[in-house]
Amino acid sequence: MKLLSHIVKNEWKTLIRGKWVIGYGLIFLLLTDTLLRFGGGGPEVLLSISNVMLLFIPLVGMIYGILYIYQSREFVELLLVQPVNRKTLYWGLFLGISTPLMAAFILGASLPLGWHGILMQDAGASIMVLALGGVLTFIFVALGFVLGLAFYDDRIKGFGFTIVIWLFMAILYDGLILMAVFMFGDFPLERFVIAATMLNPIDLARIMVMLEFDISALMGYTGAVFRRFFGSGAGILTASGKLALWLAIPAWLGMRVFYKKDF
Amino acid sequence: MKRINIFLLLMVFIPLTPFVLEARQITVSTDGDITSIQKAIEIAEPGDEIIVKDGTYRENNIEITKPLTLKTDGDVIIDGEQTGTIMVIRADDVTISGFTLKNTGRSYINDFTAILVEKSTGFVIENNTLENVFFGIYLAETNGGIVRNNHISAHDRREASSGNGIHLWNVKNPRIEDNTVTGMRDGIYLEFAEKARITGNNSHDNNRYGLHYMFSNGGYYENNRFARNGAGVAVMYSDEVDMINNIFEHNWGTSSYGMLLKDMRQSRIEGNRFYRNTVAIYSESSSNIDIHRNDFLLNGWAVNIKSSSRANRFTENNFVENSFDVRTNSPRNNNEFDRNYWSHYDGYDLDRDGYGDVPYRPVRLFSVIIDRQPESLILLRSMIITLLDMAERVIPVLTPQTLIDENPKMERIR
Repeated sequence: MKLLSHIVKNEWKTLIRGKWVIGYGLIFLLLTDTLLRFGGGGPEVLLSISNVMLLFIPLVGMIYGILYIYQSREFVELLLVQPVNRKTLYWGLFLGISTPLMAAFILGASLPLGWHGILMQDAGASIMVLALGGVLTFIFVALGFVLGLAFYDDRIKGFGFTIVIWLFMAILYDGLILMAVFMFGDFPLERFVIAATMLNPIDLARIMVMLEFDISALMGYTGAVFRRFFGSGAGILTASGKLALWLAIPAWLGMRVFYKKDF
Repeated sequence: MKRINIFLLLMVFIPLTPFVLEARQITVSTDGDITSIQKAIEIAEPGDEIIVKDGTYRENNIEITKPLTLKTDGDVIIDGEQTGTIMVIRADDVTISGFTLKNTGRSYINDFTAILVEKSTGFVIENNTLENVFFGIYLAETNGGIVRNNHISAHDRREASSGNGIHLWNVKNPRIEDNTVTGMRDGIYLEFAEKARITGNNSHDNNRYGLHYMFSNGGYYENNRFARNGAGVAVMYSDEVDMINNIFEHNWGTSSYGMLLKDMRQSRIEGNRFYRNTVAIYSESSSNIDIHRNDFLLNGWAVNIKSSSRANRFTENNFVENSFDVRTNSPRNNNEFDRNYWSHYDGYDLDRDGYGDVPYRPVRLFSVIIDRQPESLILLRSMIITLLDMAERVIPVLTPQTLIDENPKMERIR
C-alpha cells in the first residue's frame, strides 16, 4: 500500500510538472465558464459539457494513456528491475495518471458550475455529468494502457489503433446501429438496439445523459421494452452496471498484459 | 307636511329593512335538537343561515331548494356512505362553505357527485374538502356562480371508474378559482361552458386530463398549474379562449400532451411555461392561434403541429433544450415561426441586431428518422445524429423547406 501511494504521488508530481493536465483542466474551466456566460441556463450548459465530454474525454484519455506508456518506457523498465510487485506498480502507474486527468475534468467543469450556482440548482444532473466524465476518463486511460502495452514497440500502430478505436466508438458504432435499424426495420428491434448500445461505453454514458435530460421524449415511445427499460430504474441500473464492467475489464486486462509481459 | 313626514319615515325605515328581515340562524349538531342537515334545510326559510357544528354526519342526497347559506363550526364531515350524490343544489344564491364531503356512490350509469348544482345562479362553493368522491363538483345549466378554494381528491387509478373533479356542463360565466384537484379522471372538465374564468387552480396527478376544455367559447384560464396528468391538458372545439401564464409540467406518455389543441380557432396562448412534457403543444386542425412568449423547457417535443393546422403564429417563445423543437407531418408549412429563441440555434449575428443572420430550421432530420424507425430514438444525442442533422440543415431534403424561423433571437427572451 505504501509503495502504491508512493508511485501514485510520484506520478502526480511528474504530471503537474508537465503542466499538460493543468491545461486540460483549464480548457474545461474556460469552456464551462464561457458557456455559462453566453448560454444561460443550467440544463443547456450541462448538455453542452456532456456533448464535449462524450466526444473528447475518450480521445484524450486514450491518447494520454498510450503516450504515457511510450514516454515512460525507460522509467518503467528501471522500476521493474527493482524488487517491486508488478501488480502494485501497474495500479500505481494507472491511478497515478488517470486520477489527475479525472480531477482536472471534474474541477475544471465544476468550479464554474459552482460559482454560477448551477451545482446547487441542478445538483443531480451536474453530479451525474461530472461523474460520467470521471468514469469515462478511467475507462479510456485503461484502454490506452492496454493498447500501449499491446503495441509496445510499434508506436505508429498503437496510435493508429487509438484513433481508429475512438472514431469507431464515438461515431461509427452508432452509425452501424442506425444502419442495422433501417435494414432490419421490419423486425422487432428494441432488444437488439438496447443490447447493442450497452456494449459501447460512450453509448452507455450517453444513455445516462438521456435518461436525465430527455426522459420526457423517451416516454413518448410506444414500444413496451423501451418503456420498461427507460421508465423504471432498470435503465439507470443496467447502464451503470455495464459502465462498472467497462471500468473493470480494460483496467484488469491492462494489468494482465503488464503482469505477463516480457519487457 | 304630512307628505314630508311619510317621506322621512320611509327614509329612516327603508335602510333598516334588511335588519328587520335578518336571516335566522339554524344550528345543526350531533347532540342538539337538529341532528340532520337535511332536516335543517327543510325547516329553514329562504335566506337563512345553517351552521353545522363539528362531527360526522352520515347523509346523502341532501337537497337544497331555497336560497340558503350552509356554514360550518369546527370540522364537519358529511359521509355519503358510498350511496348516491351527497348534496344537490336546485336554488339560486346558495353558499356552501367549509365542509368535508366523503364517499359518494360510484356507478357506470349515474354521475354521483359530492356537490351537484343544477339550474342555479349566484351560488358560492368554497373552502370545502372532497375526498374519495366519484364526481367532485358538478355544475349543470348554471349561470354565474363561484367555485373557490376547494380541495378535491380520489384514489381510483382507473379512467373508466373515476369521475371528474370539477365538471361543468352547459353553463354560463362560471368562475373556478384556486381549487386543487388530484386523482380524478379529468381535473376540470368543461363542455358547453360559455365565458368560463378559470384561475389559480392546481390540477395534478389525474388519470386523464388536468383540464378538459370542449365546446366552450370565449373563456380564459390563467395562472393554473397542470402537472403529471395522464394525458395533460386538452383544449378542443372552442373559439376565442385565452390561455395565459399557466404551468404545464411532467406530463409523460405516448398520448400525453402539455396542451392538446384540436379544432381551436382565434385563441391566445401566452406566458405559459411548459416543462418536461413529452409533447408540450400538440396541434391538430387548429387555426389562427397566437402562441407568444411561452417557455418550452426540456420537453420531448416542444411543438407537434399537424398539417391540418394553419395560420398559427409562434412568436417570441423560448425553446430551451427540448429533445426536438418542432415535429410535423407535412412537407409544407402553413404556420409562422418568427423571432423565437432556440437554444439549438448555432448561427451568428454579425450585424448585432439581436437576431441571427441565418434562418433556423426547427425540424431536425432525426425527427423524420424517428417517424420512420422509432427504435432509433436510442441514438438521440449521438455524434452521428448531430452530423446528420448538420448536413440536413445545410441542404434540407427530407425536412420541410419552408418551416423556418427567419429571425431567430440570439438570447433568451426574459
